[in-house]
Amino acid sequence: MTAVKQPIFLCENVKIGTEDKSIVRGVDLTVYPGEIHALMGPNGSGKSTFASGLMGHPAMNLEGHIYLNGEALEDMPTHERAKRGLFLGFQYPVAIPGVTVASFLRAALAAVRGETPNVFEFRRQLEETFAQLGVPWAFADRYLNDGFSGGEKKRLEILQMALLKPKFIILDEIDSGLDVDALKVVSRGIHSAAEQGAGVLMVTHYQRLLDLVTPTRVHYFMEGRIAFEGGVETVKELEANGYDWLRDKLVTPEKGART
Amino acid sequence: MTVQESIHNVNRDYVERYGFADPEQLEGRAPKGLNRETVEAISRAKNEPEWMRSFRLRAYEAYEKKPMPKWGNQGVLTNIDFDDIYYYVKPSDQQERDWADVPENIKKTFDRLGIPEAEKKFLAGVSAQYDSEVVYHSMKEELESQGVVFMDMDSGVREHSEIVKKYFASVIPPTDNKFAALNSAVWSGGSFIYVPPHTTVDIPLQAYFRINAKNMGQFERTLIIADEGSSVHYIEGCTAPVYTTDSLHAAVVELIALKDAKIRYSTIQNWSNNVLNLVTKRAVAHEGASVEWVDGNIGSKLTMKYPCVILKGERAHGEVLSVAFAQDGQHQDTGAKMIHTAPNTTSRVVSKSISKGKGRASYRGLVRVNPGAVGCRTDVTCDALLLDDASRTDTYPTMEILQQDAQVEHEARVSKLADEQLFYLESRGIAPEQAKLMIVNGFFEPFTKELPMEYAIELNRLIALEMEGSIG
Repeated sequence: MTAVKQPIFLCENVKIGTEDKSIVRGVDLTVYPGEIHALMGPNGSGKSTFASGLMGHPAMNLEGHIYLNGEALEDMPTHERAKRGLFLGFQYPVAIPGVTVASFLRAALAAVRGETPNVFEFRRQLEETFAQLGVPWAFADRYLNDGFSGGEKKRLEILQMALLKPKFIILDEIDSGLDVDALKVVSRGIHSAAEQGAGVLMVTHYQRLLDLVTPTRVHYFMEGRIAFEGGVETVKELEANGYDWLRDKLVTPEKGART
Repeated sequence: MTVQESIHNVNRDYVERYGFADPEQLEGRAPKGLNRETVEAISRAKNEPEWMRSFRLRAYEAYEKKPMPKWGNQGVLTNIDFDDIYYYVKPSDQQERDWADVPENIKKTFDRLGIPEAEKKFLAGVSAQYDSEVVYHSMKEELESQGVVFMDMDSGVREHSEIVKKYFASVIPPTDNKFAALNSAVWSGGSFIYVPPHTTVDIPLQAYFRINAKNMGQFERTLIIADEGSSVHYIEGCTAPVYTTDSLHAAVVELIALKDAKIRYSTIQNWSNNVLNLVTKRAVAHEGASVEWVDGNIGSKLTMKYPCVILKGERAHGEVLSVAFAQDGQHQDTGAKMIHTAPNTTSRVVSKSISKGKGRASYRGLVRVNPGAVGCRTDVTCDALLLDDASRTDTYPTMEILQQDAQVEHEARVSKLADEQLFYLESRGIAPEQAKLMIVNGFFEPFTKELPMEYAIELNRLIALEMEGSIG
């Protein structure tokens, strides 16, 4: 490589906690455009806190620095982070009764673009995105996540990602509770975003998503830190040995070690 | 801050938002306060038949005897100064049918309310009550050719005395409560509608009215009769301009749905924050008939309103769908009453309220199933949303189920505006104020979607104004 690449997303010594508890305890992370990173780790290791803390969840305090395309985000409110191009795909998207999917998407698109999309153009774009992701058009008139199955909610998260075209995408267990078809839709969405130059961080428990989406790097989270990281081949090791293998690594941390 | 100061502040805000109030151009006004002579004078000014005059006087006696209601907001109720209220105000001498003939200053006020625009699009007839008299009243020829009567109540008494005499006060007698008695004594304006048998009125009939005279009580009186197998939708919407002392609004609305008839009555009220809105609304549903109250309460200092359906004939159906929005200094005490007196009758109540700041929303409801009313079903849902820690909501449901086989469902939910919902919307770039408004509009959506589009837009606009500055 010759030219110096600029990371799309950078974390420097990020610590996240609630008022009385520190959960994420110093994380460094560098993601370049088009890269897909996986974040794995046992339950309770702080993965989800990390994901929502980066997005600016009101119940969480964040210390350290986060940069999107070189711009510091840590002092911005959530919606400003989103407008800069940060996106969080939720593990449990919340229902908002009475707000239709179409009106929500229109408001989100208007916010992110800084101008209200033209009605006809919006409609065309929406139809196109729905079709691409195999989401039935009838979803447009349903209330946001209200009475949706787990798979439907996740498809809608990916649909939002495709529509809003964020620069850095955090997906919090986007693969949990998905059938094979939905999983394929999700992986297509991730690939397509990365091909367009976005950076992706997938928080996941499972190998099966990684069979469809090959990550550039895999980070293993333990007790609020990245205990270990490596290439995609390390996932096999995890499969074989379980998280005890990771615990051993934690005892003698080898920063940046590769297998 | 005293109550008076806070009301004053709210009003100042109201001026900035909606602020418009025409200089009063009154051609006749009874002196402040109420006595027998005032009641007689009102009747004389209206050139009424003797039966109405004596009805008013009997009602006045009932008003004198009736105690204040013992529920609701006692602090506000017991402080009403009945001697400091005008009971009759007449804005112009005669009724107008053509828009072109409506006096200019009145027109200006209506322009601010968007009435001419509205008429072009939707209106079958407009009955706009300005102060106590209806000054503008139009009706499309097709309605007239159908035999549908839609006029102000005063004209109804004169032109359709037989039918008015039969039904007037038949659902709500003057002795019902103090404010119904007061209304019966001094009523002025309101709508009178008669729909002939097997006639369907396709377009909603609409009336706009507002209070526009200082210290003036508005006592409109509405009577709707849907004859056998007919169907009608009536809509009223109100915005009141700004005043510094309490204005009393004590309306009486009676609906009569005869066999297999259908009436829907929709209201959006947005009184300014010093108005006391104490309204009695009641319907009788005969065999196979259906009555729906769609009732939106925004604004006012205190609203006490419990639309009622008496399910008098077999298989009758009653519905109340209501929303209330209580701000700082406001108390919305609203609800519904369903009285099942006949077998196989059904009712449904959906009540939604939002309390913001120190606002208070109460649900007060009654479901009664009389002995012998077999096979009845009733379903009551109360849903309250609190926007702030200081907001308050209460539920006072009363169930008097005197027939064993009745199916009764009651559900009450209180929720706080969820941080997780806000976070979700904000994570998509939507600013906090807009996110909050989306959630609130969504909460009211089951109500809004029952309104004609124009009213739905107006309601959303009002809520947006109410929500302004709700995030620091």
